[in-house]
Amino acid sequence: MPERSVWIVRGALVYLCAGVTLGTLLLVDKGLGIGSRIWLYRPLHVEFLFFGWMVQLVFGVASWILPSAPSRQSDLPLLAACAALNVGLWLAGWGAVGGATGVLFVGRVTEAVSVALFAAYVWPRVRAFARA
Amino acid sequence: MPALARLWIKTALGYMVAALLLGVWLAAEPWLPVWIGSADGQGSVAAVRASGGLTAALRAVFVHLFVVGWLTQLIFGVAYWLFPRHSREEPYGRSEWAWLSFGLLNGGLLLRAAAEPARAVGGSGFWAWSLVVAALLQWIATVCYAAYIWTRVRTK
Repeated sequence: MPERSVWIVRGALVYLCAGVTLGTLLLVDKGLGIGSRIWLYRPLHVEFLFFGWMVQLVFGVASWILPSAPSRQSDLPLLAACAALNVGLWLAGWGAVGGATGVLFVGRVTEAVSVALFAAYVWPRVRAFARA
Repeated sequence: MPALARLWIKTALGYMVAALLLGVWLAAEPWLPVWIGSADGQGSVAAVRASGGLTAALRAVFVHLFVVGWLTQLIFGVAYWLFPRHSREEPYGRSEWAWLSFGLLNGGLLLRAAAEPARAVGGSGFWAWSLVVAALLQWIATVCYAAYIWTRVRTK
């Protein structure tokens, strides 16, 4: 696994733990009703697990396992996609938590830019293996 | 493919089917007759339904059966199989942590699937604490898996 993928996948694992920790607090509150303020943070639970964990894991694993591009390829679009994904999910999460629809919108746009960059990066790598 | 990866993936497929069946039930719910019976002897299921509590609980169970039971477990199984081997002598490393994670995650998820609707129809005490236990089981399972797989997320 190349180093760039190692860091992307490890980042995804951190989001998995953070997202599940928030989910644990939400479920405990469903059982015991300890404090409804935790429900304000439910959007972060969703953002962490969908974008931080699943989408970022896809970025990391795909950048490792897909066939290499026919010509030498820069990692810059992949790194930009990851940066945009991380900025986007925090903006969207906090925008939703704070009820700031403008911030939420910018976050969603940033997430969309992120996946577009990633799609452009992997497109030439989605191909048949060269015949031996 | 190692035994645990096969177990994880086949369990995930089972959850996918279960989640989609529950999804069908939820979609059909407005047309279902209200003869299911009394929820807890104090109020009818129809009354609980009217409050939306049971439907909301079942919807949450549907989402988590799909996302945790199907998607996350599929990822866990495939990663366990596919990620770089730990070493030649011990290719899957400290796999007891992964086995523990499998048991706790499924125990927690199934307990949640039972406890959340039960709590919504008025169950308290036992079911309330069951939700807490379910949450903790799933949290421990996730941390165990993340700690385990972390050592296999590496360059050669």
